[in-house]
Amino acid sequence: MKDTTATPRWRIARSGSTDLELALSGDWDADNAAQTDPKTVLAELGQPPGLRCVRLTAADLGRWDSVLMIFLLAVVDRCREEGIEVDGSRLPEGIRALLDLAYAVPERAGARRGTVRTAWLAELGNSALRIRDDAKAFTRFLGEAALSFAALAAGRARFRKVDLWLNIQECGPSAVPIVTLISLLVGLILAFVGAVQLALFGAQIYIADLVALGMLREMGALMTAIIMAGRTGAAFAAQLGTMNVNQEISALRVMGFAPLEFLVLPRMLALILVMPVLCLYANLLGVIGGGMITVGFFDVSLTQYLHRTQEAAHLTDLAVGLAKCTVFGILIALAGCMRGMQCGRSASAVGDAATSAVVTSIVLIVVSDSIITLICDRLGI
Amino acid sequence: MGEPIITVNQLTMAYGDFLIQRDLNFTINRGDIFIIMGGSGCGKSTLLMHLIGLQPPARGEILYGSRNLWKTNAAERQQIMRRIGVLFQSGALLSSMTLAENIALPIAEFTPLSRTQINRIVSYKLALVGLAGFEDYYPSEISGGMQKRAGLARAMALDPEILYFDEPSAGLDPISAKLLDDLIQSLRDSLGATIVMVTHELPSIFAIGTNSVFLDPETKTAIAAGPPKQLLAESKDPKVIRFLTRDDGSAENLSGSDTALAAGVTP
Repeated sequence: MKDTTATPRWRIARSGSTDLELALSGDWDADNAAQTDPKTVLAELGQPPGLRCVRLTAADLGRWDSVLMIFLLAVVDRCREEGIEVDGSRLPEGIRALLDLAYAVPERAGARRGTVRTAWLAELGNSALRIRDDAKAFTRFLGEAALSFAALAAGRARFRKVDLWLNIQECGPSAVPIVTLISLLVGLILAFVGAVQLALFGAQIYIADLVALGMLREMGALMTAIIMAGRTGAAFAAQLGTMNVNQEISALRVMGFAPLEFLVLPRMLALILVMPVLCLYANLLGVIGGGMITVGFFDVSLTQYLHRTQEAAHLTDLAVGLAKCTVFGILIALAGCMRGMQCGRSASAVGDAATSAVVTSIVLIVVSDSIITLICDRLGI
Repeated sequence: MGEPIITVNQLTMAYGDFLIQRDLNFTINRGDIFIIMGGSGCGKSTLLMHLIGLQPPARGEILYGSRNLWKTNAAERQQIMRRIGVLFQSGALLSSMTLAENIALPIAEFTPLSRTQINRIVSYKLALVGLAGFEDYYPSEISGGMQKRAGLARAMALDPEILYFDEPSAGLDPISAKLLDDLIQSLRDSLGATIVMVTHELPSIFAIGTNSVFLDPETKTAIAAGPPKQLLAESKDPKVIRFLTRDDGSAENLSGSDTALAAGVTP
C-alpha cells in the first residue's frame, strides 16, 4: 500500500462523434471522495447527442473502494438510460466482476417504496380507529382470560404449578423493598401535607385520621398498583413478547397448550393473589411513616396517634382499599399479558410492548379508581 | 496473495474453568476462503468470537499481520477492527432501522463521505447482494435469506479486507445457499478480500474452501488442517473422514460424489 495519495482524476477522450473513452487514474477511496462527483462526466455524456459507445479504462488506477464503484455505476446507469453502449472490457478484472454482480439481479418490480406522508387529519382518524381496535382487542383478551379462569375453576387448566410459585415469588417478596420505601415515604408526605393546615388551628391530632383514611382507602392501593405496573406489568409484557419473538408461543400452541392458560393464567393468578397482601403491607408502612412525622415533629404522643388511628379507620375503609387493589392487580396483569401476546417480531417491538403495557396499566388504574371511588360515594360506603 | 494475514499461536479458549479448545495453531493467508469446521458444540463459533475481538483468549495469541489483537492499545485495536466485517448467523440487523440505515450506519460514522454518496454506496451494496430497491424495508419485513444477504451488505459497508461468516448457509434452501456461496466467492475474487467462514455445510466446504481447520470436541483441539478436498483425499483420521463423508461410507465411496458436487458448484 502506498502512503501518499494521488488525487482521483478522469480524462475524457473522444474519437469521432460516436465513441468516447473515460480514463480513470489516481486513488479512488473514501479519503478522496469529495473529488469524485460524477456530475461533470454525466453532463459530458449527454451532449452532443449521438454518442454510441463509452469505453472505460483504468490503466493508472491506484487504491480504490466503493467510492470508485458508485462513480462507475452512476456513469453506467446514465449510459443505459441514454441507450449508450458501455465497454468495460479494459477495466481490471475485480472492478468488472463487481459491476456485473451489481447488475446481476435486476431490481424487483414493486419492491421500492417511497416514504408515504399522511395528512394530519388522516393521522387523527387513524389514531381514533386504533383506540377502537385497541378496545376490541382488550375486550377479546378479557374474554379469553375469563374462559381460562373458568377452565381453572373446572380443574381443566393446563399450566405448571411451579410457574405459579415462581411468579408469586417474582411479584411478591421481590417487590417488598420498593413497596416499603415508597409507602413509608407516601405516609410521611401525607402527614406533612395535612400537618401544615391542621397545625394552624391546633388540630395536629387529626393528622392520624388523614393518614389512616388516605392510606387505607386510596394511596396504599394506588401506589402499590403503580409500582407493580412499572415493575411486574412491564416484565410480563417483555417476557411474553420475547417468547413471541423466539416463536416459543407458537411452539406451545403446536404442543397443544393454550398460551392463555399456560403463560397468562399463572401470571394473572400470582399478581391477583399477591396484590392485596402487598397493599395491606403498604397501608401498614404508610401509617408508620405518618406516625413518625406526627409523633416526631407535631407534639402528639405515640399512644394518642395509635388511638386516633384506631378510631378513624374502619374495617370498611380497609376493605375498599383491598378491593381496589385486587381490581388493579387484574388490570395490570391483563394489560401486561395482552401487550406481551400482541408483541411484534423484533427487538424494538418488545420495547414497545413493555412501554405500552405500563401506559395501558396506569390509564386503566386511574380510570377504574375514579369509577370505584364514585360508586363508593354514591353507595355511601 | 499468499502472505499470512492472521496467525493464531497456541490459542486456548475457555469459559471460566470450562475448556473449549486448546493449543490451536493455524495461519490464514490473504485471499483465502478459510473454513473453520467441526461437529456441533466443538467451539467453532467461540473461535470466531475470539478472532473478531469479542472474547479474550484464555492463553495464546491472535496476530493480525504482526500486531497482537489482544495485546495492543485501544486505538490500534480499533484500527484492526475497522478492517474486518462480520456476518452474524441470523444477520443481526438492527431491527429498529431500515436496511438502508443499517448499512449507512458505519459508513456515516467512519468515513467523510457526503449524504448523497452514502446513499449511492448503500444502493450499490444492496445491489451486490441482489436486494436492489429494498432500501426502505425493515429487517422484520423480509425473509430470513434476504436478512442474511442484507447482513452481508452491512458487513461489506466499509470495504473490509477480511470478511467473517458465521454459518452463512444455515437456514437457507440449497439453491439460495449455493447462490450465497457463489456470491462469497465472487466477492473474494473482485474485492480481493479474505474470507473466514464457520460452517458445517459440506457442499460449501468443498465448493469454495481453499484452506481449513478441523476442531474436535473430544480431544478439544484441532486434529486436521489444510485444503478441504485434500483433507478428504489424504486424511488418515477416521473422525475427519466421517465428518467429510457424512458418516456413510469410506472416503473412496464418497469422494467421487462429493467432488462431483464440488465440481458442479464451482463456476
